[in-house]
Amino acid sequence: MQALYAQLLVGLINGSFYALLSLGLAVIFGMLNIINFAHGALYMMGAFVAYFLLNIGGISYWWALLLAPVIVGIFGMILERTMLQWLTGLDHLYGLLLTFGIALIVQGVFQNYFGSSGLPYSIPDQLKGGVNLGFMFLPIYRGWVVIFSLVVCLATWFLIEKTRLGAYLRAATENPTLVRAFGINVPRMITLTYGLGVGLAALAGVLSAPINQVRPLMGADLIIVVFAVVVIGGMGSIMGSIITGFALGVIEGLTKYFYPEASNTVVFVLMVLVLLVKPTGLTGRAA
Amino acid sequence: MTALTDDTLPVTPRAMRDEMILFVVMAVLLAAVPFSGIYPFFVMQALCFALLACAFNLLIGYGGLLSFGHAMFMGTAGYCSAHALKVWALPPELGVLVGIAAAFVLSIITGYISIRRQGIYFSMITLALSQLLYFIYLQAPFTHGEDGIQGIPQGHMFGVLDLSKPTVLYYVVLVGFLAGFLLIYRIINSPFGEVLKSIRENEPRAISLGYRTDQYKFLAFVLSGTLAGFAGALKVFVAQNASLTDVHWSMSGEVVLMTLVGGLGTIFGPVVGAFVIIAMQQYLAGFGQWVTVIQGSIFVICVLTFRRGVIGEIAHYFRRSL
Repeated sequence: MQALYAQLLVGLINGSFYALLSLGLAVIFGMLNIINFAHGALYMMGAFVAYFLLNIGGISYWWALLLAPVIVGIFGMILERTMLQWLTGLDHLYGLLLTFGIALIVQGVFQNYFGSSGLPYSIPDQLKGGVNLGFMFLPIYRGWVVIFSLVVCLATWFLIEKTRLGAYLRAATENPTLVRAFGINVPRMITLTYGLGVGLAALAGVLSAPINQVRPLMGADLIIVVFAVVVIGGMGSIMGSIITGFALGVIEGLTKYFYPEASNTVVFVLMVLVLLVKPTGLTGRAA
Repeated sequence: MTALTDDTLPVTPRAMRDEMILFVVMAVLLAAVPFSGIYPFFVMQALCFALLACAFNLLIGYGGLLSFGHAMFMGTAGYCSAHALKVWALPPELGVLVGIAAAFVLSIITGYISIRRQGIYFSMITLALSQLLYFIYLQAPFTHGEDGIQGIPQGHMFGVLDLSKPTVLYYVVLVGFLAGFLLIYRIINSPFGEVLKSIRENEPRAISLGYRTDQYKFLAFVLSGTLAGFAGALKVFVAQNASLTDVHWSMSGEVVLMTLVGGLGTIFGPVVGAFVIIAMQQYLAGFGQWVTVIQGSIFVICVLTFRRGVIGEIAHYFRRSL
């Protein structure tokens, strides 16, 4: 039973990353009509920024949690201003190709300087150790990742669905021209949205640094799983992305316990099943 | 939204003649390679990738579908051909057929699944499916995991052509490539190809004219996947191994890059693109991961400033379809 709970926890943690990343993808797709293939690379950058902050600047995990998403978010906004904005009006596929190129560049540069092996990032002192819950031993850091991710996801949902800024954002997704006519600076909102989506990816990177080590290719395979998550959940709904992300993480964790051989493939197999039964995805509207 | 190939030119008899002349020039140049002192292994490798890129281009350039998982057809055909040659000890011609058949079956299954979604989702689904196959091949016993299938016997094609001789192998690969290329050319210019282009330009209109567009796209997917499998089967004889690199997503990305550099939706573009990218990898092999950075930069530059690709720009300049 202990092993089952442990795998469930691993599943929940992976689910948090799926949720944070697919949430960012959905927000970016809504505003920019681009599937951000660089999302995995920017997730990796988040972890590396945290590593640099600690090892060069002596800046703690807690500050990294705030600073890394901001730094990577600014990097993302520069990418948007210098490159992505020129794709407006072109076929969606060019956005995919451009961001794939960006991902190759970023991952290649980091691989050149850091190879393919992992760099250690230690758990902050306050979150070391664990608590015995009676039925299982819970490492505090792992519990923290799940709860903090959930809070961030819900905060993002609240920001987009319940605030005035979110209302502008949703309106601009539906009809940017009309929103501009009301005097709202839509291009700036697009840039900020990209920064927000990228920042969420970087935040996931910081959270994962103490668990998965910091590796240049840590986001490369992850992003493909997240694509499958996005296909399953559809990108129409923010809450849908969050729930699908966590649910698939848990299913993956259960698979690791009951049939470990399939743990790498279960998300893809589920994607196939969903496509066969409900081609538009679980929450998606017809595209 | 502008379509992927923004200025397609009508195919006139004159353009057809130009294309046939270019094809003959290409065939003669390639046939002369063994006498030129160019390393034939490099050209054979490039020809396999050129055929793969042409097959990929059939889908994106004429069907408007960007597959991000075309390596799965090449890798699957490679594994199956290699297994047939090495373990079942089949003659080369049957080994190739086994590979093609495997890619055919795989493209029917994956096509049936992925064609259900359009545009960007289609790309993500094909990528996810190829990753699924990657993990299956990683664990399946017959692929030998990380080692791959190595030391594949080349044998005698049709009992007479000794494929262990580089020149004989070269011409067999060349004939295979030219046959595949002509088949694709024929498909593009057939009534089926015309319907495919109309779907790419305006799908709702094609539907309103009574075409079952899903069936056309599915058939295009199966043709493209099967031809990609043919390229993979040929590659087994050149490389004499079948490994996980051929199924990895980075390989699918390279195929996209080759076609983009040469020109999406052009007939000769994928061939030029394949030679450019393979040559680049050959000459920059010593630079390690910088090759990845350079490939990424080419992606970015092509998308931002050079969307027509090499052949597309030339065709645009001369107002011809090439």
